[in-house]
Amino acid sequence: MILFDHVTKVYASSQARPALDDVSLEIEKGEFIFLVGPSGSGKSTFLRLVLREERPTRGQVWVLGKELNRLSNWKIPAMRRQIGTVFQDFRLLPNKTVFENVAFALEVIGKPSSHIKKVVPEVLEVVGLEGKEGRRPDELSGGEQQRVAIARAFVNRPMLLIADEPTGNLDPGTSIGIMKLLDRINKLGTTVVMSTHDSQIVDQMRRRVIELEAGHVVRDQSRGVYGYAR
Amino acid sequence: MRATFVASEVGTGLRRNLTMTLAVIITVAVSLGLFGASLLVRAQVSTMKDFWYDKVEVSIFLCSKGSDTPSCAGGAVTNAQRDQIEADLESLRPLVEDIYYESKAEAYARFQEQFKNSPIVDNVTENALPESFRVKLSDPTKYDVVASAFAGRPGIEQVNDQRQILDKFFRLLGGLQLIALLIAMSMLIVTVLLIVNTMRVAAFSRRRETSIMRLVGASNFYIQLPFLLEAALAAGLGALLAIGTLIASKAILIDQVLAPSFQFTAFVGWDAVAGIAPLMLLTGVGLAGLAAFFTLRKYLRV
Ligand SMILES: Nc1ncnc2c1ncn2[C@@H]1O[C@H](COP(=O)(O)OP(=O)(O)OP(=O)(O)O)[C@@H](O)[C@H]1O
Ligand SMILES: [Mg+2]
Repeated sequence: MILFDHVTKVYASSQARPALDDVSLEIEKGEFIFLVGPSGSGKSTFLRLVLREERPTRGQVWVLGKELNRLSNWKIPAMRRQIGTVFQDFRLLPNKTVFENVAFALEVIGKPSSHIKKVVPEVLEVVGLEGKEGRRPDELSGGEQQRVAIARAFVNRPMLLIADEPTGNLDPGTSIGIMKLLDRINKLGTTVVMSTHDSQIVDQMRRRVIELEAGHVVRDQSRGVYGYAR
Repeated sequence: MRATFVASEVGTGLRRNLTMTLAVIITVAVSLGLFGASLLVRAQVSTMKDFWYDKVEVSIFLCSKGSDTPSCAGGAVTNAQRDQIEADLESLRPLVEDIYYESKAEAYARFQEQFKNSPIVDNVTENALPESFRVKLSDPTKYDVVASAFAGRPGIEQVNDQRQILDKFFRLLGGLQLIALLIAMSMLIVTVLLIVNTMRVAAFSRRRETSIMRLVGASNFYIQLPFLLEAALAAGLGALLAIGTLIASKAILIDQVLAPSFQFTAFVGWDAVAGIAPLMLLTGVGLAGLAAFFTLRKYLRV
């Protein structure tokens, strides 16, 4: 599903220290991964490399069987359609309703409206937002907004879901709801990779944990916890 | 491709950027209007050339008694000289299309007719006007052939080409047209710069939408299409305004005002307008499309 082969990423504006330094790891289909580590350790950089929002300085990144360096620009959109993305700040369109926000993801890849009318209610039910289709983001709680974002990421039934601190803006109770949802999506067959600072969640879920520190993988543990000493 | 979705995106974009859109429409209208006007002046000059060159003649004035050019040193033209000149003109056919001899009496009659309302007529006698050959050329640009054959010959006072007088006038018009074209070009450059900036602002104000589009795997084409359509639409509206002005100028300024007052000359027809209008539309929409395309390529990258 994802393979990092001696990947180093040095940002042009901060040449001094690589954001990722010689990272090699493999993520299998169907896994649920927690990416942990202190701020600035390279978690977001890792996820951006998977989405090919950034290119590695050295090494190869394989996603869904393709080496991203060799993937030509015009094939990137097709690749991203198989990957769902969720962020800490939800990234919803404020002037569109819940339904429209999810439908937007389908409209911009040219799906017919009959298809949209069918699958959007389905996915809203999966994330537990039935009855709230007509609300705008500012009429929803943070947790509900994140559910909309997850619905949008999942509406295409992607092979892979990338989540960068999806519970970062939510209180612990709400976070648990979101985690249950991501777990359910994982059980439906989608590989989930999420970065987080939330030790409680990681400790409860007991999934594979990859810990980064200053761009290095310092721990890769199946059924892991947030940190040894914490 | 979802046409209704793209259309609604274009509508939202235009409304959100209304002032910029208006600015684009107006600059496009003004610059294309100037562009069209300069093309129309050019068409007018060529219409007038066709009209006038068809009528111009070369005049060969013969010596009279008092002429003081060196070629007239022998006094008034002799019959033998006149016959020789006519024979030589005949030999220049087919370049020489028509030869017409105008005697002193005829010249005087024509002069009287031309200046019938002027007191000058009373001061001029028949003898003061030279006799001449009026020559019409099949190709008016070949004036030099006639000039070199006849100018300075004994018995000929002067060889005169009406075309040269007209050419001065046409050069003036051509200069005006060139100035209008230069202004139009600089206005078009301003327009392109404005469109580039408008696209930058539009891309910035919709960065949320476009970043989401990129994440969910929308193609570049789909992301850029609404912007391109907006630019093309604004430019198209501006072009239509300019074309409307051009048509109004032809229908009112030329056909109603100028043509009745200057009946001695021809004016551009509707065929010229019909040729210029599509060119304006194409220039406007094409420039806007290109400007938008290259700006977006930079600001909306995958
Ligand atoms: N666009 C960028 N340009 C330059 N340097 C960057 C850029 N993005 C990240 N960095 C640097 O790369 C390093 C890793 O950043 P990254 O965002 O991957 O960390 P992170 O683990 O996601 O941190 P956090 O937990 O705070 O989100 C940091 O030192 C950061 O300053
Ligand atoms: Mg981060």
